[in-house]
Amino acid sequence: MENTKLLISILFGSILVNNYVLSQFLGICPFLGVSKKLNQATGMGIAVIFVMLVATAVTWPIQKFILDQTGLEYMQTIIFILVIAALVQFTEIVLKKFIPALHKSLGVYLPLITTNCAVLGVTINNITDGYDFLQSIISSLGCGLGFLLAMVLFSGVRSRIDETRIPQYLRGLPVTLIAASFVSLAFFGFGGIVENLLK
Amino acid sequence: MQKNSNLSVLVKGLLLENPVFVLVLGTCPTLATTQTVIGAFAMGLAAMAVLICSNVVISLLRKVIPDTVRIPCYIVIIAGFVTIVQMFMHAYLPELYDLLGVYLALITVNCIILGRAEMFASKNSVARSALDGVGMGLGFTLALLSMAVIREVFGAGSFAGIAIPFIKDHTIDILTQAPGGLLVYGLLIFAVTALTHGKAPKKKSFGCEGCPSAGNCMSCTGKEEN
Repeated sequence: MENTKLLISILFGSILVNNYVLSQFLGICPFLGVSKKLNQATGMGIAVIFVMLVATAVTWPIQKFILDQTGLEYMQTIIFILVIAALVQFTEIVLKKFIPALHKSLGVYLPLITTNCAVLGVTINNITDGYDFLQSIISSLGCGLGFLLAMVLFSGVRSRIDETRIPQYLRGLPVTLIAASFVSLAFFGFGGIVENLLK
Repeated sequence: MQKNSNLSVLVKGLLLENPVFVLVLGTCPTLATTQTVIGAFAMGLAAMAVLICSNVVISLLRKVIPDTVRIPCYIVIIAGFVTIVQMFMHAYLPELYDLLGVYLALITVNCIILGRAEMFASKNSVARSALDGVGMGLGFTLALLSMAVIREVFGAGSFAGIAIPFIKDHTIDILTQAPGGLLVYGLLIFAVTALTHGKAPKKKSFGCEGCPSAGNCMSCTGKEEN
């Protein structure tokens, strides 16, 4: 029971309270770059969830059973980024071969995910926070869902911005960032929700 | 680029092609490490060290690395230097190491470094790539510092940890938190665009294959109008 509670708190904590995009600033580039249209934002979000889950499922055992055992912890950054890059390529090939429909909708986003700092961030954070395997997977799922939520919400905000008249120099990125700041402010309201959820 | 002198390679990173405010690369560390002046300074220097080293090595290897696998090669080279910087800071500057936390490792996927490797170091001589690294690194550090000064002075009422009289009693707390970071960043980009009257080159004139959102990013594909 205690364990389930912990898992739930990790899940909701990483979706709402410690949202990777809006409060930890990981994955800001795709958040700003691909959130222009709802379908693109959703596609990118789903691709990120998928890669995060697979990356965690692979990097966690590598860290515990290879790097920690052989005293090579300092190779973490290099190994993890290589694993993620290889996984992304691999996922793309597999999808292309076996599920072409899914590849068609997600394919364009996959290569971009290699350098998405949220993916490397979540794998490293899972190790730093000392999560076990199940907790790591749940935390990755939560981070991915949080990313998707932020992307979808923000694409709605942006479609509204497009329809308004904005002073010349504020157009484009400045107004987008200021809008993101308000969305992030809204997420502040979730602070403390997880603790109360489990009381 | 019309001017090609070594000086212009060095100076362009400071304002006209500032990686943070004009090229808008490396947004994540920009927002995350500028809560304090010290954190921003450390992040800037760490990224600059990696940037110079990786630019030099990639420029040296630019004729050896096959075109098709260049991005993975660049990432491995960059990750190697990031690990060196991490180990160095862990050994000699443990406080800064703890302060930067995961963002130090994330220099690996910082689009400034990959972006410069792709846009500049893979096409230019070693000396010019090193100069580019210094210039871009300084531009990055200065941009981080300018954001951190605003956020720390008005958000926490201190400068590099030293409390400032009067301001410390009237702080705007939100500036040190996530929304404040995005707000200050947006306003600073606005200020730089207004200062350069939008004359600064657009991102697409550089190509931005190194950026994670290349291909979908509106400023690269020029799909803005659709």
